[in-house]
Amino acid sequence: MSLDKATIRRVATLARIELPEAELEATAQQLSGIFNWIEQLREVNTDNVAPMSGGTDLKLPWRADAVTDGGITDKVLANAPEAQDGFFAVPKVVE
Amino acid sequence: MTSLTSLTIAEARDKLATKEFTALELTEAHLAAMERAKDLNAFIVTTPEIARDRARASDVRIQSGKAGALEGIPLGIKDLFCTEGVQTTAASHILEGFVPQYESTVSQKLRDAGSVMLGKLNLDEFAMGSSNQTSYFGPVKSPWKANNRNVTLVPGGSSGGSAAAVSGYLAMGATGTDTGGSIRQPAAFCGIVGVKPTYGRCSRWGVVAFASSLDQAGPMTRTVRDSAIMLKVMCGHDPKDSTSAPMAVPDFEAALNKGVKGLRIGIPKEYRPDGLNAEVAALWDKGMQWLKDAGATLVDISLPHTKSALPTYYIVAPAEASSNLARYDGVRYGLRVPGKSLDDMYGKTRAAGFGAEVRRRILIGTYVLSAGYYDAYYLKAQKVRALIAKDFTDAFEKCDAILTPTAPSAAFGLDDKQDDPVAMYLNDVFTVPASLAGIPGASVPAGLNSEGLPLGLQVLAKRWDEETLFSVCQVLEDAAKFPYLKVPA
Repeated sequence: MSLDKATIRRVATLARIELPEAELEATAQQLSGIFNWIEQLREVNTDNVAPMSGGTDLKLPWRADAVTDGGITDKVLANAPEAQDGFFAVPKVVE
Repeated sequence: MTSLTSLTIAEARDKLATKEFTALELTEAHLAAMERAKDLNAFIVTTPEIARDRARASDVRIQSGKAGALEGIPLGIKDLFCTEGVQTTAASHILEGFVPQYESTVSQKLRDAGSVMLGKLNLDEFAMGSSNQTSYFGPVKSPWKANNRNVTLVPGGSSGGSAAAVSGYLAMGATGTDTGGSIRQPAAFCGIVGVKPTYGRCSRWGVVAFASSLDQAGPMTRTVRDSAIMLKVMCGHDPKDSTSAPMAVPDFEAALNKGVKGLRIGIPKEYRPDGLNAEVAALWDKGMQWLKDAGATLVDISLPHTKSALPTYYIVAPAEASSNLARYDGVRYGLRVPGKSLDDMYGKTRAAGFGAEVRRRILIGTYVLSAGYYDAYYLKAQKVRALIAKDFTDAFEKCDAILTPTAPSAAFGLDDKQDDPVAMYLNDVFTVPASLAGIPGASVPAGLNSEGLPLGLQVLAKRWDEETLFSVCQVLEDAAKFPYLKVPA
């Protein structure tokens, strides 16, 4: 299977990673190589096999829907690149 | 007197209890060793002041008879575990300068048991790699040298800093994390013991996430006993991780003396592909003989979907990673590169913050989860994963533990050309299947190749049966009489 530049551009946009136009071709070739190798999975018969979605067979536990933490705004914001008035600050999104 | 850094955790524990030396002296000896071995680049950050403070506190507790299970033992913490007030980077530029306001459950447990943190250990960026070459903070060098070539060797990865620090006597033990072999493969490359417990044994809370259904923390030490001591402290139920097992933690150390008499050891034929390195194969044969000599029975088993494990892993792990790493967007922590709009800021931040391998895996993961490809790749991989897990369930009907090589080769050179990602991924061919199945696995240093470089043997056991794992590992260790590195003068 081979991935073209347009596909790489679309995936990079979905992943929110800016990829320079000049790198698209090389990335496409590299990922195509990896996917060619992955293609071998098609040979495995998985009819009537239930997907395994986690690393354990234990049942996920339930807990009360209750607040267990909070009131630590300063700690939450301690590593923010930009914070203002107790909030994370981001570039303007609404004109 | 032997050098303090040469002691095992078990020896140091006993000598601290009898007050042969103080915790502060033990810590100072390691801090000095770290200073001398800076060139290995094993640590991203060292924390000598924290170490001295904790060692002094340990001495007070020892004096008052309140010593914990790891009281005064100097450990390195992989820089994937969040540590309160100490920079935690996952070896990524995107997290440079991030100072967690909380402590991961595992590192908290180690702290509560009295251990002393020496610093944060280097790794492959976001634990994605098998050589420690993808770290933003530079590669780690293995303390081992080939006897016929003057090349710098990789320590393996992703827990390469942990493996180098422990084998080079900079720390008595270290935490590692294993997603597809990241504890076991570097342990094998550096001639130490590394244990990946059953998925769910150690809490993942506060550990920077790579692939959540695979990530497990574990100990890396110079002896099997030391791993048993450390793992007991690291394990246990944590309500903050929904996949953490609400199960009692066995006394792993007590299992060390059980031996293997009467145990059935499975030998999977799929782990001996055509072209398997002859020295690796020979060591595997030796390991079989050691277990047989100790009273175990060898059983031929088949794990028919072994070949599919790596490609399955390279769908499942990147898919989970692309989702987990979506949080690094320049808003809440870490790097921010300004942009014209919010989207532009995201794109620029993530392009600048992630290295090539991490970007590659995010793109793979995004692609296999995207509309139209989900069923063909991700769902398919989840189904093959179920078959791989079933292989092990079936095999454990016939055997109690499985013996394999840990890695297909010894450590390679730091400068060896590595331009094919798939070739690098093959390092984990023997470790990935157990990760996908969620079963426990360990690597024990078992011998040297003709270049004088360590090779490891891998033991796998049933879910939640780390006790059998440790029994087998101890027998291998006793038989191997592994020639550890000499303590640097």
